[in-house]
Amino acid sequence: MTQPLDYLKETPSQTAGPYVHIGLAPGAAGFDIYDRELGHDIAGPNAAGERIRVEGIVMDGTGSPVKDVLLEAWQANAAGVHAHPESPGTVEDGFRGWGRVITDFATGEWGFDTVKPGPVAGRNGTMQAPHIGLWLVARGINLGLHTRLYFDDEVEANAADPVLNLIEWEGRRATLIARRGARDGQPVYRFDITLQGGEETVFFDI
Amino acid sequence: MTSTGEYYQRDRMRHPPPRDEGYKTSVTRSPNYPLISLENSVSDVTGPVFGHGDVDPLDRDLLRNYARPGESPIGERIIVHGRVLDENARPVPGTLVEIWQANAGGRYRHKKDTYLAPIDPNFGGCGRTLTDVDGYYYFRTVKPGAYPWRNGINDWRPAHIHVSVFGRAWVQRLITQMYFEGDPLIATCPIVNTVRDKAAIGQLIAPLDRQASVPLDSLAYRFDIVLRGRRSTLFENRLEGN
Ligand SMILES: [Fe+3]
Repeated sequence: MTQPLDYLKETPSQTAGPYVHIGLAPGAAGFDIYDRELGHDIAGPNAAGERIRVEGIVMDGTGSPVKDVLLEAWQANAAGVHAHPESPGTVEDGFRGWGRVITDFATGEWGFDTVKPGPVAGRNGTMQAPHIGLWLVARGINLGLHTRLYFDDEVEANAADPVLNLIEWEGRRATLIARRGARDGQPVYRFDITLQGGEETVFFDI
Repeated sequence: MTSTGEYYQRDRMRHPPPRDEGYKTSVTRSPNYPLISLENSVSDVTGPVFGHGDVDPLDRDLLRNYARPGESPIGERIIVHGRVLDENARPVPGTLVEIWQANAGGRYRHKKDTYLAPIDPNFGGCGRTLTDVDGYYYFRTVKPGAYPWRNGINDWRPAHIHVSVFGRAWVQRLITQMYFEGDPLIATCPIVNTVRDKAAIGQLIAPLDRQASVPLDSLAYRFDIVLRGRRSTLFENRLEGN
């Protein structure tokens, strides 16, 4: 008999359910318990770069907004550095690059304020276009969904991005491109996510 | 020895499929197209870092973190403890573990929960902590009650605690649920059964841990969490000197 390989197996996922807010955003569930909830400030006050807002809605397979999503964001700073020891470089004091928001119970809209990330090193000496990693959980989502948000004003960088170019169906690449607009002089990028159907957002196995 | 390579591919046969007809809500919330598989880049092997400034020691004690002075929640007092490990069986230190749960009557403190069972004025129902250098964590809480939910008309959730964990990398992010050894509702729960692999379901069931109980105070349940591991070979887009 061969000897066993002593690897462990990853704990299986279970849905975050409808009450995810209690654990991860208790204020939204309707009570205050922690001095400070986590994930409310992605960039901090010292971050360089353009201040932007990102907004959207999450749609299900019937075209209805999903109103109990929890969404997390992970991004580099304007210089393309992540707040993590394995990212070469340093970030501004207070820059975390991580945020957590929920969809509004009434409208399904979500949004967060941050700085626009810079290009990030890819594999084999390539560069990745500026992007924000997004991770979604909700009731009815059995394993958190990973996607990426790119910016429509980064035409050249997007055209060269190794991840976008990996998507065989060119038409589907557009589901990852946020559209730039403005409100009260502030840039606002719109990024709607479709969980299922013809306009389905590209999700990744990372 | 530290690992510096890519993370092992997620074994999706151990995780629930996106769509499961037994869990009705998943039917319209599951992507139809296959996921696009990516090789890890710096964007994926990094992830949020948390520290002691983010959590308070009281946050891990659900018996006290919402109770009025001198009072405590109704229910069976328990300790939930274990280690966060990776698939190489190495501890994951300093990672954020967050939990949430119903009270002993099966009622959540949430705007949207309208179950008949009462809110417990001394129980919030959430906690958070960082793992120590050995990947160890613990919480004090009360055992949650089972509750009915609208799926089938007589479907009940077994007693469970929701658990969220980060690990060190964006690719390790995981939310799951912990169940309690011996609960007869586990076998018929449509959400438990989204996991097809029986051995994988076993990984979600915390055994009673008599050794870790506190005599005359609390029983204990052991829940180890395994996150994705990574290769020990150098990751090619890591720059030298990092
Ligand atoms: Fe629950």
